[in-house]
Amino acid sequence: MLYIPGNNPAMLQQGSVYGADGVLLDLEDAVALNQKDAARILVSHMLQYVSYEGCEVTVRVNHIDTPFGEEDLKQIVPLQPDAIRLPKVETIDEISRIIQLVEDIENAHELPHDKMKIHVMIETALGVQNVYDIANYSSRIDAISIGGQDLAADMQLVKTNDGIGIDYARKQIVMAAKACKIDVFDTVYVDVENEEGLREEAEYIKKLGFTGKAIINPRQIEIVNEVFTPTEKEIRKAAKIVKAFERNKKEGIGVFAVDGKMVDAPVVQRALRVLEMADIDVADI
Amino acid sequence: MELKIKAQAGSFESSDVLIMVEPQPTGVGRKIELESIVMQQFGDDLLNQIHRDLDALGIDDIRVIINDKGALPPTISARLETALKRSAGLQAGTLT
Repeated sequence: MLYIPGNNPAMLQQGSVYGADGVLLDLEDAVALNQKDAARILVSHMLQYVSYEGCEVTVRVNHIDTPFGEEDLKQIVPLQPDAIRLPKVETIDEISRIIQLVEDIENAHELPHDKMKIHVMIETALGVQNVYDIANYSSRIDAISIGGQDLAADMQLVKTNDGIGIDYARKQIVMAAKACKIDVFDTVYVDVENEEGLREEAEYIKKLGFTGKAIINPRQIEIVNEVFTPTEKEIRKAAKIVKAFERNKKEGIGVFAVDGKMVDAPVVQRALRVLEMADIDVADI
Repeated sequence: MELKIKAQAGSFESSDVLIMVEPQPTGVGRKIELESIVMQQFGDDLLNQIHRDLDALGIDDIRVIINDKGALPPTISARLETALKRSAGLQAGTLT
C-alpha cells in the first residue's frame, strides 16, 4: 500500500501507475498543518476525477481530536473511497465515536453503511494494549495496521533498524487481526535507500503473519510485492495439495500424503491461502 | 460566498498551479491573469474552467492571478476552491 501525500497533485494523479495493490491518500502526517484545508479539497477533487483502477483507494484522515479530523470525515466520507484509515486509535470509546460520526455523515447523504471499509492504525502503547477490542468493535473494520514511527515515539524508544522495540506490538497486533479474521499491515520502512534492509524486514513480517506492508516510495513496491507474492514453486506445491485434497475428499479420506508429507485440514487451508495470494481460482487448477 | 481578503493556494511545483484571489468592488467584474506552461494547448480550457467554477459559486467581482505548471482540471478546481475559501474565511479544519 503506497502512501501518497495528500497535497501533492503530481503524485496523486499518478498514484495507480506504479503497481501497488493499494494507494493511501494521506491527509495526516504527510501534510503541513497550514495546508490541511488544501490537501482535503485536493484529495476530494482527485477522488472524483482520477481512476485508480486496479488499486484499492484508502484515505488517511486526521485524528478526530485534532482541529482537522471531523472536517476530513465530512468531506471524504460522502465520496466513499474503498476505505478510510483512522490514525492513533487507542480505545473502544474512540472508535465507537468515530464510527458513529461516519455513519451520521452517511445517513445525511443517504449512503449505505456497508460499502466503505474502515482501517484502524495502532500507534501508541495504549492502542496496542486494546487492539483486539478495537479491531473486534465493528464488522466495518477490515484491516488494522501498526504505525511504527509514532509507536516508537510514544514508547520513547531509541530508533533502531532492527525493530526490536516494536516487536511485541507487531506480534500483538497480528494476533488480534488473526483472531478477528481481518487483514493486518506493517509499518513503513523509512530508509528508502536501503533496499536489502527493506527486503529483510518484509520477509520477517511476512513470517509473523502480516498481510502486507505500507510503503512510502514507488521503488519499494517491487521488493514488497516479490516478498509477498508466492513463488512458482510454492504455487505448484499448493495446487498439488488442493488437487489431492479434492480427490481424497470424494473418497472420504481426510488425512493423506503428498510427496511423502502428511496433509491435513490446516495444510490444505495454507495451500488455499497461497493460491488466493497468487490470484488463482481453485476451479482453474 | 463573500470574499474578504487576498488569499492564495497551490504551488509552483510541476503539475500544480498557484492561484491568488483578491475581492473586487461590486460591478468591477472578473479580472483574470493567466500564465501557463501549456498556454498554447490548454489556455482557453483553463480560462473556461475558472469561469465555470466562479459561475457555480456565484462570484462575479474578483481578481484571479493564475500561474499554472501543467495542473490537471481537478487540481485547478481544488486550488481555486481553497483560495476562495481562505479569502472568505471558510477554511474550517486548518491552521493558519
